[in-house]
Amino acid sequence: MTNSEHTAADSVISLKHELRRGDFELKVDVQIPAKGITGLFGESGSGKTTLLRCIAGLEPGLSADSRPVHKRRIGYVFQEPQLFPHLTVQKNIEFGTRRASKQTVNPRRAIEMLGLGDLLDRKPGGLSVGEAQRVAIAAVLLRSPALILMDEPLASLDQRRKEELLPYLDRLHDELSVPMIYVSHSIDEVSRLCDHLLLIDGGKIVGSGELHEMLARLDLPMLSGPNAGSVIEATPAHYDSDYDLTQFGFSGGELFVPGQYDTNADFVRLRISASDVSLCLTRPEKTTILNILPAKVDEVEDAGPSSALVRLVIGSDKLLARITRRSATRLDLKKGDSVFAQVKSVTVKR
Amino acid sequence: MDATVGMVSLAPLLLSAQLAAVTTVVLIVIGTPIAWWLSQTPSRWKPVAQAIVAMPIVLPPTVLGFYLLILLGPHGAIGSWWVELTGSALTFSFTGLVIASCVYSLPFAVQPMQSAFESLSRQTLEFAWTQGASKLDAFFSVAVPMSIRGFIGAAVLSFAHTLGEFGVVLMVGGNIPGETRVVSIAIYDHVETLAYGAAHQMSLLLLGFAFLVLLGMFVINKRWSMR
Repeated sequence: MTNSEHTAADSVISLKHELRRGDFELKVDVQIPAKGITGLFGESGSGKTTLLRCIAGLEPGLSADSRPVHKRRIGYVFQEPQLFPHLTVQKNIEFGTRRASKQTVNPRRAIEMLGLGDLLDRKPGGLSVGEAQRVAIAAVLLRSPALILMDEPLASLDQRRKEELLPYLDRLHDELSVPMIYVSHSIDEVSRLCDHLLLIDGGKIVGSGELHEMLARLDLPMLSGPNAGSVIEATPAHYDSDYDLTQFGFSGGELFVPGQYDTNADFVRLRISASDVSLCLTRPEKTTILNILPAKVDEVEDAGPSSALVRLVIGSDKLLARITRRSATRLDLKKGDSVFAQVKSVTVKR
Repeated sequence: MDATVGMVSLAPLLLSAQLAAVTTVVLIVIGTPIAWWLSQTPSRWKPVAQAIVAMPIVLPPTVLGFYLLILLGPHGAIGSWWVELTGSALTFSFTGLVIASCVYSLPFAVQPMQSAFESLSRQTLEFAWTQGASKLDAFFSVAVPMSIRGFIGAAVLSFAHTLGEFGVVLMVGGNIPGETRVVSIAIYDHVETLAYGAAHQMSLLLLGFAFLVLLGMFVINKRWSMR
C-alpha cells in the first residue's frame, strides 16, 4: 500500500510487498483499480493469503507501509470468521465502528444489507458459520476501511451455505464504493464477483487485468486449463413462459437460458465454459443446440496434447471454445475465419 | 484486631486473609505481563524464564525463605534500599511478607493465565488489530475477557496458596502479633504451647474458611464458563 488514506481519491492502489520464508519468496509489485472487486486467483500455496497478510500488515515482510496494523484502515475477512466470543453480535459490529476515525457506511444499512437484524443480541457461539461470516463482513464494513481483504470467505461453507452468502456479496459489490481484494481458487466465484483479476503463482503476480480481458487470454496456463471460459454481460429481455426460457441480449446477439430471470435487471453476468462451446464452419441446421452465434476467430492456441482453445469475437464480446487439436487442423482454423459457435450451456452468475 | 471467638483471637485469621488478598492482587498485576510474554514469545530463552517462574513449586519453603531473608534483610540488596527509603526494615514486617508471598505464589498465578493466553486464537487477535484496536487495546478488550477463566484460576490458586504458606512466613516474617503472625504460625504456636483447644478452633475456622473461599470461586468460575 502506498497510502491507504488517499486511495479512495486515487484511481489505483499500489501493492508492493516482499517476504521470504524458507524456500518461499513473495515478491509483488502491482497496481489494482481503487474501485470494485479484484479477484486474487491462484492455487493453494501460491501465496494468496501471504500477500493479503502483507497488505494488512500482519506479516513482518518488506512493505512500503510502515504503519501498524490498526492504523492502516484495511478490513480483513478471514476464511474462518473471527468474532469475539464474549461480545454480542451488536457489540462485535460496534467494535470496529468505535475505533474508526470516520463513518462511511451507515450501520443500519449494513445490518439490513447482510440480513443481521434478528441476530444482534446473540453471542457468536450460537451462530452458524454462514451467519458468523456475515457478521464478520458487517463488522469489517463498519470499520470504514479504505480497502477490504477477503480471504476465501466462502471456503469454510458447504455448497448450500455458499449459495446463501453469495447474493450478500453481490450486494456489497453493487452498492458499496470501497475497493476489495477477494481471494479465491474458484473461477466460478471470481467470475461472478470480480471486475479485475490478479493471478498469483509461486509468490509472483503472473497476470493482472480487467476480468473479461483476462478470461479471454489464451497464454495464461492458469486460465486455459479446466477453468477456461468467458464471462459476458447481458440484458434479460424476455421470458418465454411456454418453454420456460429467458432471452438475454448482448453485444453479439441473443442467448436463451432455461429458467425465469428478472427482466427488470439492467444486466447480468453470464458464464460460458470453453468446453460448452463447439464450432461449425457453416450454420448448423436441424440441431438441438439452442444458441448458435456467428463469430470471427481471433486466435487459436494449443492447450494441451489433445486440445486447443479458440478465442472468438462476437460483437464486442469474446468467447472461448475448447476443441480438439485434430479439429483445429482439419478445419484449418485461423484468425479472421467466420464460424458459428454452438453454445451448449450458459450459467447466469447473477 | 483483638476480636475473639471462644478462646481464639481472630487477628491471625484476618491477617492471613489480608495477606492473601493483597498478594493475589499484586500477583495478578505483575503475573499478567509475565504470563502474556511467556505465551507469545518465540524467544529461545522462554524455557529458562519458565524454569525460574516455576522454581517456588519445587524449592522447600525454607530455602526460598532463607534467600528472601538475606535479600530483604536490612543489609540485603533490596532490604537496605528499603531501609534507606522508608527508615524501617522489610523483614518481620507485613510488606516483607507480601513480597515473600508474591515470590512464593508466583507460579500459581502465572501458569493458569499463561495457558489461557496460549489457547487464544491468534487470528482473533489479528482480527481485533485489523478492526482498529492497538495491541494494548486488543489485549484489554479481547485477550483479557476471553481469558477470564485463567484469571479466576490464577486468583483462586494464589489466594489459597498464600493462605496455606508457613515456612517462608516463618523465615521472613517471624511471629509478631498483628503484623506477621498469620494463622498458620498462630496454630503452630498453639500446638507448641500444647494449647490444643485453641489450635483446634483456629484450624477448624481455617478449614471452613478455605473451603468456602474455594467453593465460592469455583461456583463463579462455573457461572463464567457457562456464559
